[in-house]
Amino acid sequence: MATGQDEGASPFNIHPMDQFQIKPLFGGTEIHWYTPTNVTLWLFLTVAVISFLLVFLSRGRAAVPSRGQSMAEMTYGFVRKMVEDVAGKEGLKYFPYIMTLFTFILFANLLGLLPYSFTTTSHIAVTGVLALAVFLTVTAIGFVKHGAGFLKLFWVASAPTLALRLVLAMIELISYFVRPVSHSIRLGGNLMAGHAVIKVFAGFAGALGVGAVVPIFAIVGVYGLELLVACIQAYVFTILTCVYLNDALHPGH
Amino acid sequence: MATTTEAANGAADAAPGMPQLDFSTFPNQIFWLVVALVALYLILSRVALPRIGAVLSDRHETISNDLEQAQELKQRAEEAEEAYKTALADARAEAQRIAADARAEIQKDLDKAIAKADAEIAAKSAESEKRIAEIRDSAADDVAIVAKDVAAALVGAVLPSASNDADIASAVTDRTKG
Repeated sequence: MATGQDEGASPFNIHPMDQFQIKPLFGGTEIHWYTPTNVTLWLFLTVAVISFLLVFLSRGRAAVPSRGQSMAEMTYGFVRKMVEDVAGKEGLKYFPYIMTLFTFILFANLLGLLPYSFTTTSHIAVTGVLALAVFLTVTAIGFVKHGAGFLKLFWVASAPTLALRLVLAMIELISYFVRPVSHSIRLGGNLMAGHAVIKVFAGFAGALGVGAVVPIFAIVGVYGLELLVACIQAYVFTILTCVYLNDALHPGH
Repeated sequence: MATTTEAANGAADAAPGMPQLDFSTFPNQIFWLVVALVALYLILSRVALPRIGAVLSDRHETISNDLEQAQELKQRAEEAEEAYKTALADARAEAQRIAADARAEIQKDLDKAIAKADAEIAAKSAESEKRIAEIRDSAADDVAIVAKDVAAALVGAVLPSASNDADIASAVTDRTKG
């Protein structure tokens, strides 16, 4: 209570976390599981932009591609090569799933950088579902493909003594179950922090008058950095998914 | 963190702590996320990816076909060049053969002509020699006749009575033989 009042009284009227609020699209305050919210809007804008890039721009099916078709093909080639390089030929079976993840995260991140937009991937609920889906899928693939042999992933056979192997198995097991946590928090945390920083600088700019030049330049810098983070985090999420998939397809060290 | 969220929520709707940790919105987010992801997955796996994959493999095929065709055409061009070179060499050999034949024939004709000419020249020179000999002989006879006539005329003029043609002739013959 006290902190809330202090914030209101401060000359800097900064609410960096307001941008992450979830609001119903069509009025009202109740948020049921089915209520269309700003999350819904931006999720579907993301899907729409990806469809535009990969479906509409590639409609020509030209042997010599147009600019748009080239972009679609490069995105396709980039992800496909990543899957093949990291998870091998068998991994290509799951290419559409990984392509979905990559394009979704990339465009959700990039759309979130538009002013007044809403960043779906800054929410732990969203990234958590993405990471858990990867975790469950990969674990399921591992057990379906190798049965109990998948457990070899945790058994470092090259370790010299049995005691060491047991310790390593514990560590491997823990690190395996921490994967979805780090996977989701890495993405969500990066996005949230970056957007909050931009908002904080924006708040300074609003309060400083002429001196606002400094935070405005800072915003430009941070924005460029955030653009980089948006792409890199999408890449990191995807390549980690490929690594986990590779573990499931080829367990054992 | 949870206490801050509660406190903020309690204070005002406008200033919550972290909307990310407001678990009441989780079902909503998860529901719409799953809907969006399933929609995106279907769009990508049913429409976009097969299409782009087909375009890429078509292009790959076209390019390799074109390369193959170019290779074939190049090979054909090389073969044509080879054929041209052999034809050229053949033609050259043929030309040389024809030239040699012509030269030999000409030489033969020439030899024949030279032999004929030599024979003619020999015949002509023989005839000429004969005629020269004849001319020489007749010239000697003429000299004798002229000498006899001159002598007869001289004798007639000096001694008209002593003109005996036979004596004069034998005298002239004796003297000219000397």
